[in-house]
Amino acid sequence: MSKEWPLWEVFVRSQHGLNHRHVGSLHAPDAEMALKNARDVYTRRNEGLSIWVVEARHITASSPSDKGPLYEPSESKVYRHPTFFDIPDEAGHM
Amino acid sequence: MYAQMIKSEASAEDPEKLAAFQARIDAGEKIEPKDWMPEGYRKTLIRQIGQHAHSEIVGQLPEGNWITRAPTLERKAILLAKVQDEAGHGLYLYCAAETLGVSRDELTEMLLDGRMKYSSIFNYPTLTWADMGAVGWLVDGAAIMNQVPLQRTSFGPYSRAMIRICKEESFHQRQGYDIMMKMARGTDAQRKMAQDALNRFWYPSLMMFGPSDKDSVHSAQSMAWKIKMNTNDELRQKFVDQTVPQAEYLGLTVPDPNLTWNEEKGGYDFSEPDWSEFFEVIKGNGPCNTERLEARNKAWDDGAWVREGLMAHAAKKRAAKLAAE
Repeated sequence: MSKEWPLWEVFVRSQHGLNHRHVGSLHAPDAEMALKNARDVYTRRNEGLSIWVVEARHITASSPSDKGPLYEPSESKVYRHPTFFDIPDEAGHM
Repeated sequence: MYAQMIKSEASAEDPEKLAAFQARIDAGEKIEPKDWMPEGYRKTLIRQIGQHAHSEIVGQLPEGNWITRAPTLERKAILLAKVQDEAGHGLYLYCAAETLGVSRDELTEMLLDGRMKYSSIFNYPTLTWADMGAVGWLVDGAAIMNQVPLQRTSFGPYSRAMIRICKEESFHQRQGYDIMMKMARGTDAQRKMAQDALNRFWYPSLMMFGPSDKDSVHSAQSMAWKIKMNTNDELRQKFVDQTVPQAEYLGLTVPDPNLTWNEEKGGYDFSEPDWSEFFEVIKGNGPCNTERLEARNKAWDDGAWVREGLMAHAAKKRAAKLAAE
C-alpha cells in the first residue's frame, strides 16, 4: 500500500478576540494527528491559542477568472463607505 | 542560499498571455496557485522550492550529528530546537511546492533517487563542536542573505513560506555566533578549534551562492519572474562584507590571503572558491554525499510501516464511526 497522507489546511488564532488565520498546510493521516502536527509545525513560538485543521479537499475556493463578476459590482457602490457623505462640522461628531 | 544552479525553463506559450503575466509581476502583484502561469515558471519554481526544501531536510543531518554530544544541557536544547526548526522550514517549503501540482511523495522520491539536488554545503562533515558554531554563523548567515529578498518573490505561497522562515532564521545565525564567541574567548585549544571550523567552512559557504551568473540567460529569466532577486555575485559580496568584521570581532582569521578592503567599491576583494570542487560535490563526489542520501533513504524506508499503519488506523476509525451512526 502506498497512499500519501491527505493534505490539511491549518488556521491559528493568535490572541483572544482575533479571528483564526490561515497559516499553512501539512500532511496527516487523520484529524487528531493533523492537530498534533500543526501544534509542532506552526506554534513553536507562542503563535497560537487555538488551532483549526480542515482537510484541504473540503475547501471550496473561488476561481481567479471569477474576479470580475464577483468583485466588480462593489466598485461602483461608493455610497457604501461613510466618507461618501459630507456632514457639516456644525452637526458635530458622527 | 539553498537553491543552486537552477535552470529556468523556456515557455512556448501565447505571447499575449506571457506579456500579461509579466505585467502582473512587474506591477508587484503576487501570483497565486490557481492563476494562469507559464509552464516554465511553474517548472522552475518546483525545482527551486523543492531543492530549497530538500536542503532544509538534509541540513538537519550535519547538526543532528552533535545533538547527543552537545557540551551542556542548554546547548543541547538549543540545538534540538534549531534542528526542529529546519524540519519545519522544509515542511513550509514542501507545501509551497505542492501548490504547483507536484505531490509530497513525488518530491521525496526525487530527492531519494538523486533526480533533485540539495545545497552542496550539506555534503561537508561536522567534525567538532565548533562546527556547530560555524554552521549557524556562516551557513545560516549565507542562507539569510538569499532568503530575506525572497520574501518579496512573485509566487504567493513561496513568499509566505519565506516570511515565516526568515522570522525564525535569525535565531539560528545568532546561536551559531554565540557558540563561536564562547570558543574564541576560551582556552587555546578552543580558539584553535574555532579557527579550524572557520577554515573549513569559509569556502564551502561562499560556494552556497553558486558560480557567477551575471551573464546567464537562466538567471535573467528567473530575475524577470522575480523568483530570483539578486545575482549570485551580489549576494556573495554582501555576505563577505557582513561576515569579515564579525570574524575580526572574534579574533579569527578568514583563510584568504587576498582579502582586502576596496575603498572604491565599498566592499572587500576576496578569492573565489575552488569551483572544480563545487562541481564535484554537486555531481555527488563530496565528502558526505553518499552518507547523506543513505540516511534519508533509510529514514524513508524505516518509516514506511508507520506511514502505512497510521493510514490503516485512520481508515478503520472512520469505518467504525460510520457503523455507529
